[in-house]
Amino acid sequence: MRNLVLLFAVAAIVLLTTAMLFTAGWSHPPIHGVQIGYRGLAMDQLSTNESRRLLKLANTLPDSIEKASPEGDKATSIYKNVKVLNDLSVDQFNRVMLGMAAWVAPQDQGCAYCHNVDNMADDSLYTKRVARVMLKMTRHINKDWQDHVGMVGVTCYTCHRGQPVPTNIWFKNAPSGVAGFATNNDGLGHPTKLNGSTSLSADPFSGYLNGDGVARVEATHALPVGYGASIQQTEKTYALMMAISTSLGVNCTFCHNTRALSQWPQSTQQRVTAWRGIRMTRDLNSNYLETLASEWPANRLGPMGDGPKLYCATCHQGAPKPLLGVSLAKDWPELGGDGVH
Amino acid sequence: MSVYENVYTQVQIRPAHPEFGVGDHLIARERIGRPTFEYWLGFIGNAQIGPIYLGGLGVASLVFGFFAIEVIGLNMLASVHWSPIQFVRQLPWLALEPPKPQYGISPFVPMADGGWWLLAGFLLTSSIILWWLRMYTRAVALGLGTHTAWAFAAAIWLYLVLGFIRPLLMGHWSEAVPFGIFPHLDWTAAFSLRYGNLFYNPFHMLSIAFLYGSALLFAMHGATILSVGRYGGEREVEQMLYRGTAAERAALFWRWTMGFNATMESIHRWAWWFAVLCPLTGGIGILLTGTVVDNWYLWAVQHGVAPSYPHVFPPVVDPAATGGPQ
Repeated sequence: MRNLVLLFAVAAIVLLTTAMLFTAGWSHPPIHGVQIGYRGLAMDQLSTNESRRLLKLANTLPDSIEKASPEGDKATSIYKNVKVLNDLSVDQFNRVMLGMAAWVAPQDQGCAYCHNVDNMADDSLYTKRVARVMLKMTRHINKDWQDHVGMVGVTCYTCHRGQPVPTNIWFKNAPSGVAGFATNNDGLGHPTKLNGSTSLSADPFSGYLNGDGVARVEATHALPVGYGASIQQTEKTYALMMAISTSLGVNCTFCHNTRALSQWPQSTQQRVTAWRGIRMTRDLNSNYLETLASEWPANRLGPMGDGPKLYCATCHQGAPKPLLGVSLAKDWPELGGDGVH
Repeated sequence: MSVYENVYTQVQIRPAHPEFGVGDHLIARERIGRPTFEYWLGFIGNAQIGPIYLGGLGVASLVFGFFAIEVIGLNMLASVHWSPIQFVRQLPWLALEPPKPQYGISPFVPMADGGWWLLAGFLLTSSIILWWLRMYTRAVALGLGTHTAWAFAAAIWLYLVLGFIRPLLMGHWSEAVPFGIFPHLDWTAAFSLRYGNLFYNPFHMLSIAFLYGSALLFAMHGATILSVGRYGGEREVEQMLYRGTAAERAALFWRWTMGFNATMESIHRWAWWFAVLCPLTGGIGILLTGTVVDNWYLWAVQHGVAPSYPHVFPPVVDPAATGGPQ
């Protein structure tokens, strides 16, 4: 009996250890650390060979499309119902169409994903109407949001990567559905991809990325001056920060000196860029994505009936700079206005 | 001679008949269960199991404790739509959250909005305090000092500060800690973020010093007694008066090593105070947070505690300072 118990215990230990060795998400050394702050502050960005390999793989560039001359007939002189790209030459216009077919449309559908091929000017497909707004949005980003995207800019590919719907989008969260008497916990207590597998709010974005919610929760004075932000607000901001961190594949110290997270003078330049990014995201969600509310078919809607919205990972997709900082937009004056060169 | 140089106790002492302990039959009638010997437990302690004294306080404490766990557990189960599989999968994340800020410190909160948290808190606190009373009365019944009860009271102090006293002072139940494994850890992180980094709270510093100090003292004392086990060192007190004993060797070891040695009695005083001061100072630190100090980092800067570091990248300014909300 004694030996049996001992045998059982040893077997359990061996099995559990083996399971742990082969199932846990280990980071295989060597861990590469890049110090970005003063010594002793642990402001480092960490990566492994595997994480670098995966990041590179995930940011493979698309085949380039031959440049088009801005000279020659305007697209509007040949095509009907051109509403957004009416400043382009025919060649440039066709080049954008090729780009969208390669980057956005499903491979087996091509032009037909958005167009009625019998009458290309027809607006009957919702995909075409959405695409128009998306083109406007792309130009708006490249022209008016250089604060955030800099000279790198964006193209359709930045988000779409060959998918009709970008991989990383968000919807308003369905209510927990816990009815009646039981605790509703205000949406806390369930791990999601967005909240970084914490028990923080499962929907970090509602109110922030489609509204003007206040993310600042830390006290601004040493001593109390009235009741400040609640713990619940803090947890909401915390979840938002986790989502940003995961979206960019960085840790807190990419932007913050974590000994005093709220202090701007100790933060990195990236924090300012991120701050502008939050404002850009709000602008894009409110003025572009949400204007499409009536366009989406049911299968594109979230559990609360709202359309898809974007957040940091929509473009960044796990990289500190989308496509690891490679500028596709510089080859796409058609999408960029004058700012991108 | 016993062999003590091992990770577990190698010698099990088993009397022919189980030990029933002191007390006459009037006292003994409170003890229940037929004593048995358990070989495996003998490796880490006394092999004899029972009899146990439960008493009225013990029974009441267990009943309250059972209902507290029940309220917490069933709410967690409800939060995964009564799915046992999801309950097991998500258990570390599942929560029973306190009332939202809008309810202040009202005792009347809708059950779904935090009323269950209040009820669970009441049940758990009752259970803990009943257990404390039981600990106190058991010590008195055995003719002991009440040191254990007061050490336990230090832990209860921290628990009450976190879940009751500080929320009362702040005027919001929402400031209190949720029930749940990760939820209470996420609360801790959020708490530190909201109040400007708890590491700059001097009482937090003291608490950590006593925590680490407790571990150090525990290691020193445990190692010392085990190392003199070959001379019967675990029989500490009866050796105190004699020369050349394990007790004297243990004392000499530390006097030779660091010039000073605790005594067989005072080492336990050291340990008791370090352990008790850990939650005691910690509780003070929590109590001051939000009530007296709102941002510990800024407080530490004002008082010359927080150092400043050279800039290695150009300092940035708050973009909101140039206009725009947030």
